[in-house]
Parts: sequence; structure tokens; C-alpha cells
Amino acid sequence: MIPKGATVSTAAPGTEAYGQSISSPITARALWLGGVLILSLLLYYFIGVDQGATSLFGADRHIHEFVHDSRHFLGFPCH
Amino acid sequence: MESRFIYRALGVGVLGGLLAFVFARIFAEPFIQDAIDYESGRDAAQEALDKAAGVTVGTADPEIFSRGIQRNLGIATGMVLFGLAMGGLFVVAYLMLSRRFPGLRPRVLAALVAAAGFVGVYLVPFVKYPANPPAIGHSETISDRSAVYLAMVGISVVALILAVVAGYRLAGRFGTWNASLLAALGFVVVISVAMALLPALGHFPVNEAQYGKHATETPQPLLGPDGKIVYPGFPADVLFKFRLYSIIAQMIMWSTLGLAFGALAERLTGKVRAPATARPAAVVTPSPAS
Repeated sequence: MIPKGATVSTAAPGTEAYGQSISSPITARALWLGGVLILSLLLYYFIGVDQGATSLFGADRHIHEFVHDSRHFLGFPCH
Repeated sequence: MESRFIYRALGVGVLGGLLAFVFARIFAEPFIQDAIDYESGRDAAQEALDKAAGVTVGTADPEIFSRGIQRNLGIATGMVLFGLAMGGLFVVAYLMLSRRFPGLRPRVLAALVAAAGFVGVYLVPFVKYPANPPAIGHSETISDRSAVYLAMVGISVVALILAVVAGYRLAGRFGTWNASLLAALGFVVVISVAMALLPALGHFPVNEAQYGKHATETPQPLLGPDGKIVYPGFPADVLFKFRLYSIIAQMIMWSTLGLAFGALAERLTGKVRAPATARPAAVVTPSPAS
């Protein structure tokens, strides 16, 4: 139920709303951008940091050893 | 609509990573191998010294992937996925800015965002904590080194964003040129303070206790009990070449991102905005809401 007087967005998510104020709290655009941002940061973490300083898979070192050369070459601390 | 830009940026990121890998495979891998050979030789010399002194030390970690895998498939995977991740960060920044400043030409904006990514994510942190080849870096300080490196990356990116916002705000009062200079100056000041406050890698307490006062973790000559050098320090030329190629590889990746995505974004944006000004005589078919 929508309480009386509440502002409800009539714009379907994904419709282009350039120049308009966005009333819907989460738009398809925000989901896309947020998703890409989070996945990119995760990837950055796994390529650069995981199984070094911190490790999500305990003492396993497969990711670290596999991307070893690129980790050094991309500027991340290694070993 | 956004998804079309996102797919293209991710694809271009992969391409940039691939090109950077080809460069790395040809130019950097010989020096990475030199560094690993140095490390093996040094470990052998250290072991001989320890044996002579009657000290037993633990054996090295078992090899999980062979050097052949690491220098081909391994570094390729790393470079390509890093390119993919940077493509993702790049396109988020690009889409936010292109909505805010629709008047900017796509290829100009793409080049600017890529340049900012190169400087903010890689180059500025490199000034304080440059890339190190294998053999450089003590395993007991990996946590400390990761923490200060990621802190440097975070400070650099945030300071760069703030500098751009500040420059934009100040442009009304001081003019574009002077506002840009002021923003750049502010960025340099903030980064200088951060670099002065963050510790040099050699100054971690663990390192000072074990290796003495050095600014970096670059291996010094190995001395025998009589004070004579039994194994040299890390070769300076290998270190220089490794770091130079590291910078060039990042430049290859970021310029691919900026330039190739810029070209693709021009075509995409051209389709969205009916090119009435470009070709007034041509029949313009309005594209469906794409």
C-alpha cells in the first residue's frame, strides 16, 4: 500500500531522464554503474592484493602465484 | 543505453590489457627472469653462509606454477583482467561526467578520464612506492606494504577527484587557466603531505631491526663474516628497466582505453543525437530509444 500523499515515481526504470530530477531511489542506470564499480574493485583486489596481505581463501596461494608476474609489473606489493 | 557504453569500455579494457601483456612478454619478462635468477643466486649464497655459520633455515615455498606458466598465461591473465577492471572504473567515471557535461566531446572526455586514471591509479602511487621486480620485497612486510600502497592509491584518486571539482568551482572566479593551475597546485600539495607522512618501505620497524636503515627493501650486497661482499646488491639496470617498462605498459593500457573508447563513444553518441548539424541535407532517421 502506498500511503496517501506519498510521491511515487511514474517513470519506468531505464527511461532516459536527462535534465529531470530522479524521484525513483534506484534507477537502472545506478544499478549498472554501481554493479560495474563493485565488480571492478573486486577484480582489482583479486589481481593485486588477495593471498598477499589479506586472503579470502586461507593459506591457498594459487591466485597469487598464477598472476605473480603481473602483480609485480602492475606495481602491487608482492611477497 | 548505459550498457552499450559499458560493454564497449570493458572490451576496450581487455584489449588494452592484451596489448600491455604483449609488451610485457617481449620487453619486461627477460628482466623479471634476471630478477628471479638474482634471487636464486642470492638465496644459494645466503644458504652457504648460514651453513658455514651452523644455522639451519627453513626451505623455500614449493613451486605451484612453473615459470613457463607464470611468464605466459599467468601474466597474460593478470594484465587482461586488470585492463578489464580499469575499463570498468573508467566507464563509471566517463558516464557520470558525460551526463554532467553533455557539451564535452566524447573522445575528449574519454582521453581526459583515461589520463586521470593513469595518473591517479598508477603514476602518483608509483612516485612513492614504485613497482618492484621479484627479489625485492621482504615477505614479512607484505601486509604493511599492501596497506601503505593501497592508502597511497586511495589518497591519490580522492585528491585527484577533489582537485578537478575544485578547479571547476574556481573557474568562475579565476578563469579556466588560473583555476586549473590552482587545482593542480592544491593536488601537488595534498599529495606531497601524504607522501611525507606515509613511511618509506625500508623504514618499517621490522626492516630497520633486521636490515638496518635503508629507504627501500632493495637487497644490499650480501656480506660474509669477514665483511667482504659475497653476493652483489640488486643490479641497478635491471631495476630501472623493470620500472620503466612498468610505466610504459600502463601507458599502453590507459591510452588504448582512452583513445579506442573515445572513438567508439563518438559513434554511439552520434547515433543517439541525431546529427542534424553535421549533415543537414542527409535524411535523418530518428533512432529508437536505445
